[in-house]
Amino acid sequence: MSPRAACRLETLGFSTVFDYTAGKTDWLAAGLPTEGAAVPPLRPGAVARTGVPTCTPDDTVATARRRVAASGEDRCIVTAGDGVVLGVLDQAALAGDDHALAVDAMRAGPPTVRAHEDLHELVGRMHERKAVAILVTDPEGRLRGLLHRDDADAALAHARDDEAGGKSA
Amino acid sequence: MTGSVHRDDVRRLMAQGAQLVEVLPAAEYEDEHLPGAISIPLKTLGPETIAGLDRARPVIVYCWDGL
Repeated sequence: MSPRAACRLETLGFSTVFDYTAGKTDWLAAGLPTEGAAVPPLRPGAVARTGVPTCTPDDTVATARRRVAASGEDRCIVTAGDGVVLGVLDQAALAGDDHALAVDAMRAGPPTVRAHEDLHELVGRMHERKAVAILVTDPEGRLRGLLHRDDADAALAHARDDEAGGKSA
Repeated sequence: MTGSVHRDDVRRLMAQGAQLVEVLPAAEYEDEHLPGAISIPLKTLGPETIAGLDRARPVIVYCWDGL
């Protein structure tokens, strides 16, 4: 649709026209802000915790363990230099050899979700699969945050309470 | 000049004064759109609906995913 619009604008005399081909889907998946009458107040990108501990593939397990301890999280995300998620060091991996490299100890290719997915459906899937947390990444696979199921449950419950309060008021 | 741009280019061009146009149906624009975008649905795109656009500034068009 947008390529046709760009061509049409050119025929109408506009000399500099750009087509954001990836469009609204890409923008939402990146967790960028939007405006409008039906913007969902809760999306994974909004509820996910940022500041999650990360390390590079060449960092040692000991380094990752220190970062995790300082963060209050229970895992370390292994990312490339551009922030693309490569793997996760979970508690079992973090308990391993101090000198082991993250790339050798990590669980590669962890599941990820986009920032704009339906939070309610996502949390339902997480309960079914007994997943307590899931990574939120942008369309390029770069880390945006870690969504904890408990945080999402609490946010959804809070939203339900607000809605019920609004209806009874 | 017409070209395809990435998300980062959109943000940069917007900061430089580009005009952002959503060409999806108006109801979809009303529900949710990119900040600063205006709505000109493709089916209505013509001399009258583009009258408010500045020809001297770049225009970025978008829909859901180009299809």
